[in-house]
Amino acid sequence: MISEYFPVLLFLAVAAVIGIALLVLGNVLGPKKAVAEKLAPYECGFEAFEDARMRFDVRYYLVAILFILFDLEVAFLIPWAVVFEDVGLPALVAMGIFLLILTVGFIYEWKKGALEWE
Amino acid sequence: MTEFNTRDLVTILPELVFLGSIGAILIVDLFIKPSQRIVTHVLSILALAVTAGFVWSAAPAERVTAFGGMFVVDMIATTLKLAVLLTTALALVYGRHYMQERKLLVGEFYLLILFATLGMLLLVSAGNLVTAYLGLELLALSSYALVALNRDSAIAAEAAIKYFVLGALASGMLLYGMSMVYGATGTLDLARIVAATPDVQHPNLLAVGVVFIVVGVAFKLGAVPFHMWLPDVYHGAPTAVTTFIGSAPKLAAFGLAYRLLEDGLGGMSPHWSQMLAILAVLSLAVGNLFAIAQTNLKRMLAYSTISHVGFLLLGFVGATPAGYAAAMFYAVAYALTAVVAFGMIALLARAGFEADEIDDFKGLNQRSPWYAAVMATIMFSLAGVPPLFGFFAKLLVLKSAVDAGYLWLAIVAIVFAIVGLFYYLRVVKVMYFDDAIEGGTLVLPADRPLRWVLSVNGIALLGLGFASGPLFAWCNRAFGL
Repeated sequence: MISEYFPVLLFLAVAAVIGIALLVLGNVLGPKKAVAEKLAPYECGFEAFEDARMRFDVRYYLVAILFILFDLEVAFLIPWAVVFEDVGLPALVAMGIFLLILTVGFIYEWKKGALEWE
Repeated sequence: MTEFNTRDLVTILPELVFLGSIGAILIVDLFIKPSQRIVTHVLSILALAVTAGFVWSAAPAERVTAFGGMFVVDMIATTLKLAVLLTTALALVYGRHYMQERKLLVGEFYLLILFATLGMLLLVSAGNLVTAYLGLELLALSSYALVALNRDSAIAAEAAIKYFVLGALASGMLLYGMSMVYGATGTLDLARIVAATPDVQHPNLLAVGVVFIVVGVAFKLGAVPFHMWLPDVYHGAPTAVTTFIGSAPKLAAFGLAYRLLEDGLGGMSPHWSQMLAILAVLSLAVGNLFAIAQTNLKRMLAYSTISHVGFLLLGFVGATPAGYAAAMFYAVAYALTAVVAFGMIALLARAGFEADEIDDFKGLNQRSPWYAAVMATIMFSLAGVPPLFGFFAKLLVLKSAVDAGYLWLAIVAIVFAIVGLFYYLRVVKVMYFDDAIEGGTLVLPADRPLRWVLSVNGIALLGLGFASGPLFAWCNRAFGL
């Protein structure tokens, strides 16, 4: 029973070795030229420390929402594809309807200009 | 795995037709010019009418379930759906002119209302906690966005934020209660929950679940002490949106309360009927007393809504079919009255003038005797003056409360209804006995459907009062009486 988990143990060991090796190699071989931005905790285009009440572009939200929508679509599609042979034609039709509704939403966002950055 | 069943699709056909129409309207609206928005308007009303036709013709003689009990169609669902579709169509007719003058007549106004309506159709047909929650969220999310439609208005944004935060809190409460109920009974199916209630292992867990579900439902209904969002939302939203939010969702909220409390938790009625009795007394008191202090008509009508919710709950306290029938009659009567009351404000409003202060109605009789008469009819109906529609609705819920042994509750309700007369009659008084404020000329919109439908709806309150017998018989039949 426990022996069945041997591949998992192996996976953990390999992951640990690779993870540690990459960190060590980076530390030993990498050039170290410290500047303030490099030492900051996050490099995402924002100042690391500033007033919490600041403005930023609402388009970030828009992109994030659109991303989640299409992300979820994939989350639906993958389990469907896995059991596709068992569920047969009705499931194909059901997924077609789902994608049709999603396409309507896609046409809407495209036409409204949600995909234009400028 | 449950086999796919074509009959399920037939059962849900009205909703499918409605969803298809909404998708088509969404696409059509994208490709027309803003000046042609009348196309969207006509198509939306057509979609509501066609769906109502399907609901009517597909109405089964007895209770039918689909998708393994997830979706229920019975006479209660059919009645509520028809009322929701009618009220929504009325709200669209009343709102067009108002939104147009404020350059807010965007396609989203129609689409969000249609999606909210779809949510309501689903909600009143819920046979499962998941379906109920799904319908509720579709309704709620669309409503939040509708309130914020006028994004340059500070009070609209404030109202939308309050609505969203409190609505999310209410949904959280409801979900928490649902999880407790699931934990106690091991099922999400309402019919199985009610069957499992007598022999649950942990009745206390179920009781806690009931408390949270009652809180969630009370939030959505706007019953005191969970009413805080209601006046701000009604006041802050564009009047056309208030017309919608203030009417049809009350029917859906009745459907939600009935499905969850009776269909699902009927076995726990000794618990929740006590809670609802307290909510009813508080709603009647707070609604009617606070409405007196309002100078803004939309806020006054919001507090009046709270008091009407109190009356609606009177039908629930007995947990009898007769009570539910009276409450459903009340919900329909209230929705048809509220939609025209807010529609009246939208009618008198014009660009740069909201007409939502009670003083704006001063001397309306001199300026337009006809609309003053319509408004007076509406106010009398809300106050419950015989022989109007609102009177019979009040009479029936009071009778059901007395029959259920809640005489004290009925007396409280009557006392506060008399208090409520004051503020409804004040509107009538300023219309007929006060002089118009100078410069306050009345410019009625040229929108003929608006004027005609509103007049018919106002006068219908009188006609429906006389025709309330058959309507109540219909409601009774829906509950198997």
